[in-house]
Amino acid sequence: MAKVPITVNVNGVEHNEEIEARLLLVHFLRETLRLTGTHIGCDTSHCGACTVIMDGKPVKSCTAFAVQADGRSVMTVEGLEQDGKLHPLQDGFFQEHGLQCGFCTPGMLMTGYAFLQSNNDPTEDEIRHAISGNLCRCTGYVNIVKAYQHAAQKMREGGA
Amino acid sequence: MIPRSFEYYSPRTLEEAVALLQKLGPDAKLLSGGQSLIPMMKLRLLSPEYIVDINRIPNLDYITESDGHLKIGALAREHELESSDVVKQKFPILADTAKVIADPLVRSQATICGNLAHGDPANDHPATMLALGATVVATGPKGQREIGIEDFFPGLFTTALEPEEILTEIRVPTPPPRSGGAYLKLERKVGDFATAGVAVQITLDEAGVCKRAGVGLTNVGMTPIKAKQAEAFLNGKQLDDAMIQQASELAASESQPMDDIRGSAEYKRDLVRVLTARALTTALNRAKGGA
Repeated sequence: MAKVPITVNVNGVEHNEEIEARLLLVHFLRETLRLTGTHIGCDTSHCGACTVIMDGKPVKSCTAFAVQADGRSVMTVEGLEQDGKLHPLQDGFFQEHGLQCGFCTPGMLMTGYAFLQSNNDPTEDEIRHAISGNLCRCTGYVNIVKAYQHAAQKMREGGA
Repeated sequence: MIPRSFEYYSPRTLEEAVALLQKLGPDAKLLSGGQSLIPMMKLRLLSPEYIVDINRIPNLDYITESDGHLKIGALAREHELESSDVVKQKFPILADTAKVIADPLVRSQATICGNLAHGDPANDHPATMLALGATVVATGPKGQREIGIEDFFPGLFTTALEPEEILTEIRVPTPPPRSGGAYLKLERKVGDFATAGVAVQITLDEAGVCKRAGVGLTNVGMTPIKAKQAEAFLNGKQLDDAMIQQASELAASESQPMDDIRGSAEYKRDLVRVLTARALTTALNRAKGGA
């Protein structure tokens, strides 16, 4: 099968690659670009561990083809830290103990990144609704909610 | 899980997309949101030879109200229904529906038109569109044609679309004053298909008598079900608790559920009864100006 050339901007860096059309976005990120921060959890669109941002919207990268990202911008968990400074969400997860095993964390961070862009003063209900497509088997979600609230407050104060 | 290989096409216009479907034939599949298609391809339940990705066709992502209709374009995403003001004000049943489809991440990609075009009786919008009396617009080599939603689901995973046609728009008539609707779904957890779902849309006359009722059922049959007996019963009735109970029993009798991991047929039939009564109560409140 002929390969397809694509150009994708990932975390501000442009990548030109030739790929098979059936290559999933998550495999492109992890195996072609070696950005292994994005995790593969269930591989069936349920768990959200593979969430990345494509053109501003969260997407489960196990449920998108890499060719769909041609000409678009993708942001992964590796793109959150800027100039050695953690993003407020990362700081929130650190301060509020928002992770235990850490497997769901990249997806939780990227979902939070998109969510807090549209709502920087969310209620607990709104946060729980926003993360309903991201499964965590360790924390019971309580500290993840706190981490989001921590980040939202920091972002409102201009710490982003 | 890795899908079988396929050839990828990314047309930039609707005409180009239709021409591709004509040329490639029934082995081609359209990719819009991909949230049903890609999982099926990964599980190899489906292995199309050609993928025609319509995501790069401009101006298909609209949700607008004009000419007495809400018009939903082929690339409008589910999450846009949740945030649309006109939907919240005039079509609360659509906001109800969007909120319980899959999860927020899936909804940021999944399209409303795709939810119909997939032809899955477990999808949620078919019941809602049946209740609302929507029309779908199919675009093919001979131009556009309109298909009434009642005629759109002839069988399991089958729609009235021809292989070379694209579902380009859903048209939902704007409900007249004193209308209300609701969609209720029982799911085991977020992201699951419905154990059962019920969509209800009613319009009252000035005396409070029901003059139009639409009732659609999700995942209790081989196709989405329009509960015609319940609808006929509701017409011309003053809707009190006794009438609502009778209508919900009719809707339950029109469902054709099967035993599966989500419950027995008997349980699901009773669930249709309960959900229909609750949806009618909410629809009635909304028709009277409540929330």
